[in-house]
Amino acid sequence: MQIIKDTTIVNNSWKFIADDEDLSAGDITVSLARWQQDREALIAHSGNVGLRLKSNDNVADFADDLAHIKLIELNFADFADGRSFSQAWLLRGRFNYQDEIRAVGHYLPEQVFYLSRVGVNAYATDKPTDLALIMNNLNDFTVKYQASIN
Amino acid sequence: MYQYTENDQTLIDERVAQFKRQTENYFKGELTEDEYRALRLRNGVYIQTHAPLLRVAGPYGLLNSKQVRKLAHIARTYDKNYCHFTTRQNIQFNWPKLELVPEILAELATVQMHAIQTSGNCMRNTTSDHLAGVAVDEIADPRPYCEIIRQWTTLHPEFDYLPRKFKIAVSGALNDRAATQFHDIGLHLVKNAEGEVGFKVFVGGGLGRTPIIGLVIKPFLEQKHLLSYLEAILRIYNLFGRRDNKYKARIKILVKETGLDKFTKLVDAEWEYLRADNELSAERVEAMQAHFASPAYDVKADSDTTFAEHKANDKAFATWLAHNTAEHKVPGYSAVFISLKAPDMPPGDITDVQLDAVADLADEYSFGEVRATHRQNLILADVKQADLYTVWQKLAALQLATPNIGTATDMICCPGLDFCSLANAGSIGVAKEINEALDDLDYIHDIGDLKINMSGCMNGCAHQSVGHIGILGVDKKGAEWYQITLGGSSENNAAIGERLGPAVAKHEITEAITTILDVYIKNRLEDETFLAAVNRLGITPFKERVYANN
Ligand code: HEM
Ligand code: SF4
Repeated sequence: MQIIKDTTIVNNSWKFIADDEDLSAGDITVSLARWQQDREALIAHSGNVGLRLKSNDNVADFADDLAHIKLIELNFADFADGRSFSQAWLLRGRFNYQDEIRAVGHYLPEQVFYLSRVGVNAYATDKPTDLALIMNNLNDFTVKYQASIN
Repeated sequence: MYQYTENDQTLIDERVAQFKRQTENYFKGELTEDEYRALRLRNGVYIQTHAPLLRVAGPYGLLNSKQVRKLAHIARTYDKNYCHFTTRQNIQFNWPKLELVPEILAELATVQMHAIQTSGNCMRNTTSDHLAGVAVDEIADPRPYCEIIRQWTTLHPEFDYLPRKFKIAVSGALNDRAATQFHDIGLHLVKNAEGEVGFKVFVGGGLGRTPIIGLVIKPFLEQKHLLSYLEAILRIYNLFGRRDNKYKARIKILVKETGLDKFTKLVDAEWEYLRADNELSAERVEAMQAHFASPAYDVKADSDTTFAEHKANDKAFATWLAHNTAEHKVPGYSAVFISLKAPDMPPGDITDVQLDAVADLADEYSFGEVRATHRQNLILADVKQADLYTVWQKLAALQLATPNIGTATDMICCPGLDFCSLANAGSIGVAKEINEALDDLDYIHDIGDLKINMSGCMNGCAHQSVGHIGILGVDKKGAEWYQITLGGSSENNAAIGERLGPAVAKHEITEAITTILDVYIKNRLEDETFLAAVNRLGITPFKERVYANN
């Protein structure tokens, strides 16, 4: 699968590990529950570890572990659930997280300008045709009225 | 009034382009109904009973004559020759074609207007006192702060998908004319012991299904912290506001369920992180204040004598003056209300011809500015007393001088069954019937200060719960019935009206209202207003008479 990262189209190298699935080699993503449960093993994992956040997960709950986490996926179950926007802001603005924050799931390509402003820098999509749209929409506005992350 | 910079113009132009693309993609089937709905709402487009409805922002109620002429043009070109002023100082068009909305928005952008965030679950148009800058009871002019808030809220990337809509109102006067205690955030400009201007912050007020009076969360917020404090409240609301039930999603429910103490702690903890960074500089405030500097008033305006002559000789003029003008901070000037409550017009509606004429009057007599009030009338804020007689005659010729501001026939009324798909009952027709029953001006003036508010369903768009008399349309087995409340107020003494008793049928509602007024007249003390009488008497005497025959 291809995704957009830092405004270029790249291949996704991360493997999704379900909660009941064994860890496998390479770069993997796990849920917050899994992280909390297998924290030691995941810190020792040879590849990179990414976290899949749901919109109701509390960012402060794992803020101390951010140094071990190289990707955070904001999982949109519903594009109208704006909590993910504040999660991204908190990760960047409060906890100074520098690695990848990726929008995943049912967000809209029409929302990517706002997502980029709150600190999201990567976009996954199930529809390959959306990639061009996302690239385009990242430039919807050249001006802004208020401070945010970007 | 605020003039756009190049940046402001670019922003709204880019927004028009974005919405044009979204609309095209919707018609191509690339956006689902649900997805496009969220996007169009954020551009002011509802789909209603007959057609889309476009709500255009009137930033804290201020319009210039050029903008008013543009509204007239849009009403003429894209609609049925009229539009509607809402209770939040916005302008609605009832009959635009969806595919033409991007074009309408492009036209509006040419006069520095837009429809951004006038609906949808986002931060809405900031509203304020319609007498801002000219009121005699003003502590400080709220408009510069309103514009700062307007900019901060517009296209805010983090807070565009809130649990529910979010409304901010600002008052800078001793008397609250902006219903601030019924907003998600209400701001009162206040001065501290050192004479510095800051904000008393109310949170968690709201109308609708569960009317709640806002609570004071911060008695004095320093001016420099305005935006960081708003950000803290919005972040807490965005993260913790309920998303499981849209009727419990407003911040008022979060504040109520969390408790003010705990909610305040959450906000303060968030604010601790933000306050140092996000300061509003004194220079920025001063630069904004310069946009709202007083116009070049004539210092000799009060030396005119013709005004007193006309007033003494023309009773109709004197009556209009008594009801449709407000005192002005500059001697020799008045603020003139343009009544959009003529007996034969739906409350708040105005035609293209009237709009053009109002724009001309504004240019000639009031520094080119027009304001919208939250009771759905307009104002020329700076009219010289020497001009009042002419302005009155011209307004009268346009059916815009009904001397009823603040009286029984100055009703707030939502579109109801005529235009709204959520309505349980008609409201415009009932307003008309009540108007006809009260067509004796002397009687209305004798009743005096009275706010009748009527909504077609419990969403409460017309603020019935804070009307001195509130009328709420309810559905009873497919028939239109009306629930009456008494004693509500959205002013300083904020109160939610008390239910009079069971709903009454459509053919009984007008008589019920006239009966209530009759009880007031028979029982009032000298100079006692309707609201004061209800507060003193309680609802029992009213109830006994209204339900006497049941
Ligand atoms: C005809 C289309 C309209 C529809 C579908 C509509 C829909 C709604 C709904 C669903 C609510 C309740 C929201 C809530 O409390 O969470 C509401 C509230 C409101 N609407 Fe409307 N409305 C319409 C027209 C109007 C008009 C014409 C006005 C102005 C006169 C207006 C002003 C308001 C206000 C002030 C509120 C209450 C705000 C509050 O709860 O604080 N609406 N509307
Ligand atoms: S109060 Fe109800 S009927 Fe009236 S406009 Fe609002 S939603 Fe429609």
